[in-house]
Amino acid sequence: MKTCLVVDDSGVVRKVARRMLEDLSFSVTEAANGLEALAACDIALPDVILLDWNMPVVDGLGFLTQLRSLPAGLVPLVIFCSAENDLDHIATAIAAGANEYIMKPFDFDLLREKLEEVGALEKAVT
Amino acid sequence: MISAVDFESVSRFLKLHSGLILGIDKQYLLESRLLPLLRKFELADFARMAAILREQPSGVIAEAVLEAMTTNESLFFRDKSPFEHFTKVMLPSLNATRRPGDPLRIWCAAASTGQEPYSIAMTLLENPHLTGGRRVEIVGTDLSGEVLERARSGRYTQFEVQRGMPVQLLLKYFEKDGDNWRVKPNLRSMVDYRKLNLLHNFSHLGAFDIVFCRNVLIYFDATTKRDILSRVARITRPDGYLLLGGAETVLGISDAFRSVPSQTGYYVPNVPAMAGV
Repeated sequence: MKTCLVVDDSGVVRKVARRMLEDLSFSVTEAANGLEALAACDIALPDVILLDWNMPVVDGLGFLTQLRSLPAGLVPLVIFCSAENDLDHIATAIAAGANEYIMKPFDFDLLREKLEEVGALEKAVT
Repeated sequence: MISAVDFESVSRFLKLHSGLILGIDKQYLLESRLLPLLRKFELADFARMAAILREQPSGVIAEAVLEAMTTNESLFFRDKSPFEHFTKVMLPSLNATRRPGDPLRIWCAAASTGQEPYSIAMTLLENPHLTGGRRVEIVGTDLSGEVLERARSGRYTQFEVQRGMPVQLLLKYFEKDGDNWRVKPNLRSMVDYRKLNLLHNFSHLGAFDIVFCRNVLIYFDATTKRDILSRVARITRPDGYLLLGGAETVLGISDAFRSVPSQTGYYVPNVPAMAGV
């Protein structure tokens, strides 16, 4: 079973994302900020990380930069999932090593497509 | 609620003027699409709308009804596999057989709000080696003037630009436009949009190397499908290609095109039918 770490300071967003990801057969863990996420990655690197930007303690970009400098830190597929929706933020995220970017709000189909896009999910037969 | 009589009346109008076949189970679809028009044109009910369609079948309201009923959800890179055929089979083959410098012509026969033609244009820009520097013309046609206006403007909501499109392409080919996103001018200029009803003659469009005719034939009955496919074949080059939607086929409908052994999703003209072109 593939694993996904959901990093968001909103419990509601984590809960919604968890439900969608579990419907897609992911095993889900959660972190409420970048520091918690780094601790989670220290225990086990997930296959996919769904990453909010604005969070207390360590934000999404700070987490991503530290993750990518870890040994094997390039392995997890990182999908930013943020309300920041301007070109600069998106370009910055991609330059820092994000594989995809979801502008909130999102729904099940969008999340599924982005997971397919990064290769974390088999493409649905159409 | 629309009455059975009015549903029948509106269905007949749609069949006659757009070829759209509306199953009896599509009352909900019809109501949800046409309710906004009742308000917009301040019509009392569907009975009034049905009457106007009978009395003025080419009036403003009739036009709006046709547009509302024939517009589909459209995604960038819808279904992915057509674009794989496009880059892995069609472009390499055409580029190898065409003389250097000869242009390629591509027709999107159901361009809708532009996602498909722009996806084709982005694919071409991302893979310049596949066309060897030759000019590629993309013609996008649709029945609806309103959706073509949207296609031409290249404006999409934040939600639309995320559907089906990798973010790297968003960064390269779009710019922020208020809360929306807009296709950059260089990409917009690659597509020539024209209003066209597939029931009418389209030979004036000229000959094409690749025809995307996706998710539009499903609305027509078998006779109309056969007629459209035979006319598409007449303007498809003998070594050209036809792409249909995921749920569509030419098999059992038309001899104008045939499938390619061990390949699904695209078709080639049955060359004898093209003699002399």
